Amino acid sequence: MERLLQQLINGISLGSIYALIALGYTMVYGIIKLINFAHCDVYMIGAYVGYFCMSYFRLGLLPSLLIAMVVCMLLGVAIEKIAYKPLRNAARITVLITAIGVSLFLEYGTMFFVKAETRTYPPLTGLLARTFKSGSLVVSMQQIVIVGITVILMVLLQFIVKKTKIGKAMRAVSLDQDAAELMGISVDTTISCTFAIGSALAGAAGVLVGIYYNSINPLMGMTPGIKAFIAAVFGGIGLIPGAMIGGYFIGMVEVFVSGYGNSMFRDAVLYAILILILIVKPAGLLGKNVREKV
Amino acid sequence: MSRLNEHPVIKKAISLILTYVIVQLLISTNIISAYLQVTLATICINIILAVSLNLITGITGQFSLGHAGFMSIGAYLCAMIVLRMPTIPGFLLGVFAGAITAALVGCVVGLPTLRLRGDYLAIATLGMAEIIRVIFLNLEITNGAAGLSGIPKFVNWFWLFVFTAGTVIVISNFINSSHGRACISVREDEIAADAMGINTTKYKVMAFTFGAFCAGIAGALYASSFYFIEPSLFGFMKSIDVLVIVVLGGLGSISGSVLAAVLLAVISTLLQSFPEIRMVLYALLLIIIMLFRPQGLMGSKEITFNVFGKLGDMFASRKRRV
Repeated sequence: MERLLQQLINGISLGSIYALIALGYTMVYGIIKLINFAHCDVYMIGAYVGYFCMSYFRLGLLPSLLIAMVVCMLLGVAIEKIAYKPLRNAARITVLITAIGVSLFLEYGTMFFVKAETRTYPPLTGLLARTFKSGSLVVSMQQIVIVGITVILMVLLQFIVKKTKIGKAMRAVSLDQDAAELMGISVDTTISCTFAIGSALAGAAGVLVGIYYNSINPLMGMTPGIKAFIAAVFGGIGLIPGAMIGGYFIGMVEVFVSGYGNSMFRDAVLYAILILILIVKPAGLLGKNVREKV
Repeated sequence: MSRLNEHPVIKKAISLILTYVIVQLLISTNIISAYLQVTLATICINIILAVSLNLITGITGQFSLGHAGFMSIGAYLCAMIVLRMPTIPGFLLGVFAGAITAALVGCVVGLPTLRLRGDYLAIATLGMAEIIRVIFLNLEITNGAAGLSGIPKFVNWFWLFVFTAGTVIVISNFINSSHGRACISVREDEIAADAMGINTTKYKVMAFTFGAFCAGIAGALYASSFYFIEPSLFGFMKSIDVLVIVVLGGLGSISGSVLAAVLLAVISTLLQSFPEIRMVLYALLLIIIMLFRPQGLMGSKEITFNVFGKLGDMFASRKRRV
């Protein structure tokens, strides 16, 4: 029982990180129908910005987190303006290849500047380094911080999407771009805002993963990127609650397969579940099956 | 010129034989050095991969990210057979066993997943490829993460040429057959194709299986030309690499895929001398080409022998004017 609880705690903290990345994927997909491969590298950049803030400028966790989010926000908007906006009317697969190009550029550009070696995050000190034990159950302060920050960011995101004007614009554009434009919504601004918010969340996830796993490298975004995207597809891509559920689910599956089964088969189980879900419910868990009209 | 010379099949055969002989001469005279021969093998393998993915993605319109999975099946089967039977018949047996197994897996995977559309299909095929990779990573017979090494090398220019030219010819003939036309109709409008009495599932699975078969051949050639294979060679990035070639060449253009495969290999070889910024330059080039030529190098057009004919006519007419 305690082991189960422990796995549950680990799963929730890992799932939080996946959910944060998945939100960015799903928001961008919802609005311009693009699998933004560069998203996982924005997350990597976030981890590096956090690293430099914490180790060179000796900033605390919270200021580093905020700086990483702002840098990633600017980066996300820049990527959209330079690489995706000129291709707004091109075939979707073209934009996808451009996204792969941007992704490679960020990965190897970063490698060029900071070298390929793995760097270790500065250890947390004081209250943040504490762990709480009850029997064999261990909860570290890091995990609480990760889950706490994730929940705060998600609530904030829900508030922005549901209550503010820009959130309304985002929902409108994702529903019907042409109609939204006719209603006087600036589609370009709305898309930029979506990239800004999604990238900021990825930046936060980068810093959190840095303090959770302690090590970062320029190619760290690839695997979590694919997994987060799977989380988004699992929940129904384009749906914000779907990405959250998907993220936590993927985190749980990973932790439980490693804990109770063979960790070598962790990813295979993940993909098998994904394929099964897609076959049974092709639009994802929360997605509605839209009948195609002729 | 006699009539016989103008027959397209003869023209094609002559140009193919010429290509083979010229490259073989260049190899014998050592102008294509051992180092360049590696590039040559890469080009041929990439052509097979790209042309077969083009059949699935460009012609039939099914977005697949699992090509590396089929390739790894071909590579592993061929490697295992050749390691036990290091002879030419063993090599050929390995290539066909690999290709047929890849095709079988493609058919079994394709039947349920090809119901999915667009990005969902992409993710399902990506998942399938990853599952195959994890299986190879954990099997005893494939030596896990360490991979298989010391695979006897049987692939030379002759075999490369036979399999590459064979794949390209068979696929381009397939596209021009009634089956190929049916595949194109599925890409253009699945519902309309269905309404016209085309069994869309059948053609989608057919293209997918056929593409997997060719990817198996490419994998087998890879195993027998580079001595060494490991599961991480056939990851997600390999599928992406192939997709990049296909889109760069132009979706639906076979000659575009061939052109892009050659071009990318040449660029990659030229950039070898700048290892530090090689990938950065490659990425930049990719973005720039996509921004300025979103339809790919060839669009959906093909280079045909008519091009040479037209060039000849132009030349002739100019001469006449002079």
